[in-house]
Amino acid sequence: MRRIPVWADVVLIPLINLLLAVFVSGLVVLYIGESPVKAMRVLLQGSIGSAYAWGYTLYYATNFIFTGLAVAVAFHARLFNIGGEGQAGLGGLGVALVMMAWDWPHWALALPAGIIASALFGAAWAAIPAWLQAKRGSHIVITTIMFNFIASALLVYLLVNHLKLPGSMSPETPPFPPGAHLPTAHEILAWVGVKFPKSPPVNIALLLALLAAFAVWVLIWRSRLGYEIRAFGHSEEAARYGGIAPVRIIMLTMLISGALAGMMAVNAVQGEAERLVLDSVQGAGFVGIAVALMGRSHPVGVILAAILFGMLYQGGVELEFEMPAISREMIVVIQALVILFTGALDNMVRLPVSRLFHRRGRGGGRAGAGGNG
Amino acid sequence: MSAEVTRAPGIESGEARAAPPPALRLVGISKSFGPVQANRDIHLEVEKGTIHGIVGENGAGKSTLMSIIYGYYQADAGEIEVHGRKVEIRSPQDAIAAGIGMVFQHFKLVENFTVLENIVLGVEGGALLGPALRRARRMLVELARDYELAVDPDAVIETLSVGLQQRVEILKALYRHADILILDEPTGVLTPAEADHLFRILRSLRDEGKTIILITHKLREIMEVTDRVSVMRQGEIVATRETAATSPEELAELMVGRKVLLRVEKPPARPGDRVLEVRDLCLRDEKGVERLKNISFDLREGEILAIAGVAGNGQSELLEVLSGIRAARGEVRLGSEPLDVARPDARLAREMGLAHIPEDRQRRGLVMEFHGWENTPFGYHHEPRFDRGWGLMDQKEMKRDAAGKFERFDIRPANPDLEARSFSGGNQQKIVVAREIEHNPDVLIVGQPTRGVDIGAIEFIHRQLIELRDAGCAILLVSVELDEVLSLGDRILVMFDGRIMGERRPEETDERELGLLMAGVDPGAPEAGTATGAEGREG
Repeated sequence: MRRIPVWADVVLIPLINLLLAVFVSGLVVLYIGESPVKAMRVLLQGSIGSAYAWGYTLYYATNFIFTGLAVAVAFHARLFNIGGEGQAGLGGLGVALVMMAWDWPHWALALPAGIIASALFGAAWAAIPAWLQAKRGSHIVITTIMFNFIASALLVYLLVNHLKLPGSMSPETPPFPPGAHLPTAHEILAWVGVKFPKSPPVNIALLLALLAAFAVWVLIWRSRLGYEIRAFGHSEEAARYGGIAPVRIIMLTMLISGALAGMMAVNAVQGEAERLVLDSVQGAGFVGIAVALMGRSHPVGVILAAILFGMLYQGGVELEFEMPAISREMIVVIQALVILFTGALDNMVRLPVSRLFHRRGRGGGRAGAGGNG
Repeated sequence: MSAEVTRAPGIESGEARAAPPPALRLVGISKSFGPVQANRDIHLEVEKGTIHGIVGENGAGKSTLMSIIYGYYQADAGEIEVHGRKVEIRSPQDAIAAGIGMVFQHFKLVENFTVLENIVLGVEGGALLGPALRRARRMLVELARDYELAVDPDAVIETLSVGLQQRVEILKALYRHADILILDEPTGVLTPAEADHLFRILRSLRDEGKTIILITHKLREIMEVTDRVSVMRQGEIVATRETAATSPEELAELMVGRKVLLRVEKPPARPGDRVLEVRDLCLRDEKGVERLKNISFDLREGEILAIAGVAGNGQSELLEVLSGIRAARGEVRLGSEPLDVARPDARLAREMGLAHIPEDRQRRGLVMEFHGWENTPFGYHHEPRFDRGWGLMDQKEMKRDAAGKFERFDIRPANPDLEARSFSGGNQQKIVVAREIEHNPDVLIVGQPTRGVDIGAIEFIHRQLIELRDAGCAILLVSVELDEVLSLGDRILVMFDGRIMGERRPEETDERELGLLMAGVDPGAPEAGTATGAEGREG
């Protein structure tokens, strides 16, 4: 009886959250003496106003879909994997090692290799915290965040001491062989005769991300493993009773989660940079948490939230360029507000909305409160 | 007995104006939660200096009504009068100020405080504790003398038995000058002897002029201790009776709204081969406390072996070990195969023909957030018929299976698409029972099958268990309800402190003897019999 309609849960409430975030962001922009309307226009124009803008927005969104799915899958087992940052970083290492190991003749070979390598490395990096949680009860939030730091240190060490070109000053690998290059949207759309700008980095990994989202949906809601993951997430006691081994569920869930986070490297490392650079993840692992929260751990929600955050990223870059008064930090503030309202303050909106539904449900067809939205 | 039996029950008795006003009077109390009407136009008068019972099935609205009286909820409509004066009760503080005290089913005590500290908590009356503690100590001595309410004032709560903790709750209320005392299911955690003691306390409180409201679902207690009784059904008070003028059968019928069988009709058991053999089962928990001490017994097909005992004496652990949830030491054979209790595996136990209806359906037996049709295959979800290949589950088959079970077990509402949590306790339990029974297990392990289940469903579940027994299943039943143990069991084991105190046949024992065994006293043993045996009740 305490439930509210699904559409309100997945559409209405996130939308209200978002509007609140936009409103408060507007106040912040107003406070520093700029026009919120103009800022909004620049942000939208810069993120979805042109094919070029879309090309960047979707590139970022691809990263966020992977990391968002990673967090979402773990959420279903009530595991809070905040190690996406490290797992994606290690995924990048996997991709780099495989791409540099051979002079790849064609992307059709390099793509599956990149997927497998990134997934394996990401999963391996999640496996140790998972094992500690399953066997020792060390809290996964603590261990995964620690592993982010270890990953970062490890990557610096490897890039500086082993992977960079001898004599080069920049801590990055040499470019991958040309055969490892993944088709960009420009190239893919050219096959079917559609024109798309050349420079945006959105590439075939976007399709992989959508495929992964579908696979996660099948896993969670259609497979036996997903059934067990959800049962475990809702009630560990019930899971034990039902013959579901917690160790197995924790390990498998975290391996899948880590693999998804790692696969972000197919987009960012193999698809865009085409080499491994320092900090190839750029915070996408953490954005994944917000994406999963806002998407309510559902693949469709994750995709939509990822696109929203892609818009904020890309639009933010444009904003910084067009309106110098709005500094980089300001954009981080705006992004943080969106995370705050959609994630942390979710209940602030949820409670009144569900009360409203109850009142309407009880009062029969009594008219709603009025038109102030 | 000072209760006037002559006056007609009923609400608008045309009594003389000179009579003292009732201690508590409810006028037209209504309360709803969303679409659910929990209390509907409740009228109730509780005479001063009486023990007034309130009975009703789960979900009949008893707890809601008491929460309104104690200020946890606000009524949507209606008035409360205490001793003839209308009062507004908006919070427990208001209730306490009006002289109402409440003893909850789950005690609200600070575990690591002493009795005295708990009693003064919230009414210290100043920045320094000294005076309040001295006052409370003086009062404790008086109360102990007057009402058999002796408790060591300096004992730390967590070292006290459940019965004594309950006494502290009562003392807390009395210290706050409670004149009307509400007890919510007070005997659920007590041994029969402790319950008897509680009733003596209640009677002496009543004789001192206190008014007591006793909420319970045990009709035996109502008959034994109350002066009047009100029956609630579906949010309404359907009848109020002088206890002396009614019977358990009538009350049960009023509670359910139709005739019910209180005694279980069952043919004599025809035990067959031994199917479960338990030898020297020992379990030490994480804190190093021994929970099971050399438990040994046999279970044969076609019989119900009932295990009686006060909650917390190792029964739960025994269930968990046998069903493969918890590790222990010892030997268990299921049929001809050994069951490795050192490496518990609930799935393997199920595959070996052992089904388990757990004690706690909400935390264990069901995933409350799962739909009905996701819960009906739970634990059996590896079976090939739910398999669609590629690791996917056959949801059509799951739904078909659920629809059949819902129909055969009359689970209401008959909609497997609802989440488990939206069913009532009785129907939730039916989902679990349907799932476990329909797999035709060789051995069925059952914990508290009717806890928090309404009378109609109890009847149904008992009948199912007996049918299963007659079909040759071996059933191990753990229950804290002595009635259930006596009426269902073909043999009875009594557990106390992790040990088996003894075995009895239901036709050769009674509640008194079982009660002593449950308290750790063997009435057969020479030196124990005299000490506690003298306190036995007369029927």
